[in-house]
Amino acid sequence: MVSRGLFYIVTAILFVTGLLFMIYQHVTFEVPFLPGDQREVWSVEAKVEFDPTGNGAATVDFSLPAVQPGFTQLSQSTASVGFGTSYVMKQNNSYVEWTKRNPLGLQTLYYRAEFLRDDSATASSMTIPELKQNTEPEPFATAMREIADAAMQRSSNPFSFTVQTIDELKRQPEIASLLLSQYRREELIVHILELAKIPARIVSVLDLEDARRNRALSSRIAVFDGQHYEIFDPQSGVSGVRDNQLIWKNHDGSLLDVQGGQNAHVSFSILRNSVAAAQAGSLKVQAALAAGEDIVSLSIASLPLEEQSLFKNILLLPIGVIIVVFLRIIIGVKTSGTFMPVLIAMAFLETSLLVGLIGFVSIVAIGLVVRSWLSHLNLLLVARISAVIITVIAIIGAISLFTYKIGLTEGIKVTFFPMIILSWTIERMSILWEEEGYKEVLKQGGGSLFVAVCAYLAMSSAAIQHLTFNFLGLQLIILSLVLIMGNYTGFRLFELKRFRPLSDKIKNQLNGDEKELEADRLKAERQNIKKLFPDTRPRDYFRRDKEEYKSRQDKD
Amino acid sequence: MLGFVKQALSRYANPLDLMHFGIMGMNQRNVNYIGRYNPRRLFPLVDNKLLTKRMAMEYGVNSPYLIGTVEDVHDIDNILEILGDKQEFCIKPAQGSGGKGILVITGRQGDSFIKGSGQNINMHDLRRHLSNILAGLFSLGGKQDIALIEDLIHFDNVFAGYSYEGVPDTRVIVFKGFPVMCMMRLSTKASDGKANLHQGAVGVGICIRTGRAVRAVQHNAPIRMHPDTGKDLFKLKVPHWDEVLTLAASCYGMSGLGYIGTDIVLDKDRGPMLLELNARPGLAIQTANNAGLVPRLRLIEALPRRLSLNPQERVAFAKEHFGVYLE
Ligand SMILES: Nc1ncnc2c1ncn2[C@@H]1O[C@H](COP(=O)(O)OP(=O)(O)O)[C@@H](O)[C@H]1O
Ligand SMILES: [Mg+2]
Repeated sequence: MVSRGLFYIVTAILFVTGLLFMIYQHVTFEVPFLPGDQREVWSVEAKVEFDPTGNGAATVDFSLPAVQPGFTQLSQSTASVGFGTSYVMKQNNSYVEWTKRNPLGLQTLYYRAEFLRDDSATASSMTIPELKQNTEPEPFATAMREIADAAMQRSSNPFSFTVQTIDELKRQPEIASLLLSQYRREELIVHILELAKIPARIVSVLDLEDARRNRALSSRIAVFDGQHYEIFDPQSGVSGVRDNQLIWKNHDGSLLDVQGGQNAHVSFSILRNSVAAAQAGSLKVQAALAAGEDIVSLSIASLPLEEQSLFKNILLLPIGVIIVVFLRIIIGVKTSGTFMPVLIAMAFLETSLLVGLIGFVSIVAIGLVVRSWLSHLNLLLVARISAVIITVIAIIGAISLFTYKIGLTEGIKVTFFPMIILSWTIERMSILWEEEGYKEVLKQGGGSLFVAVCAYLAMSSAAIQHLTFNFLGLQLIILSLVLIMGNYTGFRLFELKRFRPLSDKIKNQLNGDEKELEADRLKAERQNIKKLFPDTRPRDYFRRDKEEYKSRQDKD
Repeated sequence: MLGFVKQALSRYANPLDLMHFGIMGMNQRNVNYIGRYNPRRLFPLVDNKLLTKRMAMEYGVNSPYLIGTVEDVHDIDNILEILGDKQEFCIKPAQGSGGKGILVITGRQGDSFIKGSGQNINMHDLRRHLSNILAGLFSLGGKQDIALIEDLIHFDNVFAGYSYEGVPDTRVIVFKGFPVMCMMRLSTKASDGKANLHQGAVGVGICIRTGRAVRAVQHNAPIRMHPDTGKDLFKLKVPHWDEVLTLAASCYGMSGLGYIGTDIVLDKDRGPMLLELNARPGLAIQTANNAGLVPRLRLIEALPRRLSLNPQERVAFAKEHFGVYLE
């Protein structure tokens, strides 16, 4: 066993190192300890991949994000090994151009930009598209005209015409399916708008969601009425861009052009950072001063974005862990499975609390019912667990499908639940049910849920996210606290309640023939023994041996 | 407001009182006793009943005679050979717990067996039960397991009426070879014949010096009579008390675990026998004895290390210090 002293020294060193780390970062980089008034900075990384065709040079043109109201672009940068990079204009649209003489093997190029959410930004690079003549072949032109006529009847201006067109496509499924066999939906709508002499354009938008990877752009339609334009969703007909939608491409040029390559593909990683409002102002100024430079230096910002967004969640895990440790060791909450609640809390972070709670309770409840039926079959464990896993997946699938059908898109997020862990939870709970009754199941299930909610509340707090993301030293502090709690030998809060009757009883009543409290009697006897055998500690032996040795030497 | 706080607080014990009485909490047990005195590598010895039994045989510790083991499908086919002409026996999974998978056979006519409950089962049922045990149906986490077949225990008649259906066992906590606290667990209707305290079994604290009942509790509350049989629990006195304690004390040298719970049963003919060992004994024994464990444990910790006593001497020491009744 490691000696106590060493343990406390190590723990103290961890704690102090962590603290110094945090202070150092606070002082040198002026990272505030509290998030304060927050502004959002979205970091977006576009990853372009392609296979070279093999012979000769490659030129890659990638459209730069649009200037638009609501966002100020703070910075942009590129990363690409062995490529020459330049920013070019093609038909009045901005592109980044990568060039290389002899690329070999899969090529990966990165373009990275940071956007400040900024309500005072009003500039827009959107141009009015020129109106084209509709020259589509028959029978599609007639079909389009039919839709356009119907929509015209029911609309008063270009925008209501667009909404009605999308509506009409839903109302006349035969015509719609004919047209959609030939055109993509957004193309089709633009063609129909041409018939009504309404200028329109397909734009590509990116949904900004924190810590996402492998995202693609989605299409929207910008419809113009003179100078003014509005954006529509071609599927639902909902108008406007949401707060967290970024227009990436607002022109008719291509998004990605690769010469000398094939299988080109672009995907986006997104990460949200918070900066204090005060800081945001200066960032904007700096961005204006040094356009194109990477200035916003946030703690782990030196990593590629994709890794950063992974990190962001990983760094939150210890927060959940320390809460579990605290609730189990100090409070005495019973949970089923040690760290299952943390994983559930991580899932809650994705789904939002209410949806998560409903999802969790219904999955476990249905799972228990199915599992109780399985237990009649006397299956072996591996088969039983597998059956439960498949059931859980089916339940999750059913829930997401059902909620999606009734229009609750939130429901689809139940797929974030850790399925294997849930299956084990169900298995363990159902055994508990058989052995100890439903009360124990409710106790442990409720305990787990309570711990998960506590962990969720901590992990979702802006202040804690700010601290964990910006101060790596905090991890050392958490580690030292966990170590200290692992050594706590005092009572748990629930034990105080459990032992209350015992404590009263001992106070009021002596056992059998006893004349005094047993604890007091034994204490006196213990001190007697210590007096009888004073040298019981190893160092006492050592000291005695040394004295003996000395006295023998003196004699010689 | 203040009244409310007071009322809430009154449901909790004062931790200083608990410390004064030396009541042991879960954290203290885990860190200071199990963590410090029970080496991890020895846990399999007590979690696996076959290993425990082999060890007991080696050290001459009295335990039910092992008729045979069933380790694979081949053994199931040969079950008749293994059983020989035994009329009474008990089959249990080596890694089971809480009485799961235990089959008690009290009589036999050729290929038909009589269960403890009086029900008849045939050879086919017996084989099925064995293959369930092997497949891990009763063991923790569904691990593959083996089945033990051992002699039936004939429970001592002195306990008649003290237990509903199940049989009483004696739990002795042994610390560094000293028996420190003891309790009997009596099953009740509420506990479904099982001897688990939190399921409603009665716990009776037993005086280490005399083997007499100190106090009885059910569901954390003191009681006087057995709830189903109405028998006066305070008249309970464990026979062969010295032998029980010596048996418990000798489990230390055998297992090497410093802090264990030993489960001992009394056989009519063969006296006290070790049923199983537990490396993580529970805390409820304190409630049954109306005393904390810590003062007793610390008294033993205060003994000089070089002092090495044999089990009889350790029992004598325990009886001198931990008794509640004078005789
Ligand atoms: N050899 C036996 N003869 C009769 N009953 C037995 C025998 N072994 C076990 N039992 C019964 O089964 C119960 C549980 O046995 P035990 O060995 O303690 O297993 P577990 O670890 O599952 O508690 C005992 O309390 C006793 O009632
Ligand atoms: Mg047992």
